[in-house]
Amino acid sequence: MPASVSLQGYLVLAAVLFAVGLFGVVTRRNTIGILLGIELMLNAVNINLVAFARFNGDAAGMVFTVFTICITVAEVALGLALVILIFRVRRTAIADHLDLLRG
Amino acid sequence: MSLETIAFGGLAVVLVASALAVVLTKNLFHSVLWLALTLTGTAGIFLTLDAEFLAAVQLLLYAGGVVTIAVFAIVVTERLVGDRITQTSRQIFSGLIIAGAVLVGLLTFIGRAPLSRPRPPLGGDLTRAIGDAVLTRFVLSFELLGVLFFAALLGALYFARPDD
Repeated sequence: MPASVSLQGYLVLAAVLFAVGLFGVVTRRNTIGILLGIELMLNAVNINLVAFARFNGDAAGMVFTVFTICITVAEVALGLALVILIFRVRRTAIADHLDLLRG
Repeated sequence: MSLETIAFGGLAVVLVASALAVVLTKNLFHSVLWLALTLTGTAGIFLTLDAEFLAAVQLLLYAGGVVTIAVFAIVVTERLVGDRITQTSRQIFSGLIIAGAVLVGLLTFIGRAPLSRPRPPLGGDLTRAIGDAVLTRFVLSFELLGVLFFAALLGALYFARPDD
């Protein structure tokens, strides 16, 4: 059997992608940019799920990946609908300007 | 080095570079395009893990659906403001600290975990295994997913209703 990529390789790649997505969530000012960062983080989790499922020889992890992908798509559709709605009311998509609840 | 290792290395470089471009590009539209590349590269990673079905789902739903919705949202929210499609980032320093701390924590955890398991040989058709599991062990979750989609559809329709 040739030396293939170990489980650690996939986990490290997913960890790096997760950190990059987290950086985007923290630093982006535009609401859509924040959502894109969340997408990156969820994507990294999917890589972890599939890698563990493949290395454990159990299809359950892949089933959960299908579920997370579907839930993520629903979440993005709703989140962007919210962004559009907020934009129609407040005329801005910058997260810092949405301080209606600030005391 | 096997072909698979080379493919994984190339995909990893593309993934990390495009992910960095997603969070660093000034132009929001370019950011979405880089995200499309990241999601497509993830489908490639799934292929190296023998999960062809998941790669197809990833391309269809993520790279197809999410990117389309995001582009639509950008067009709707930026057009009315003018040509101000560029975006700025704030608090880069604290963001670096937070993301770096999380990354170091994750890598430490991965390094300490006893994960020296070799990859088992492929036992049968993975797509068939996924289909069997979805309709037997996880059939309740599958039905709940349908309910969730229905609720999300209704919610999005409610948000998008015209002003009356």
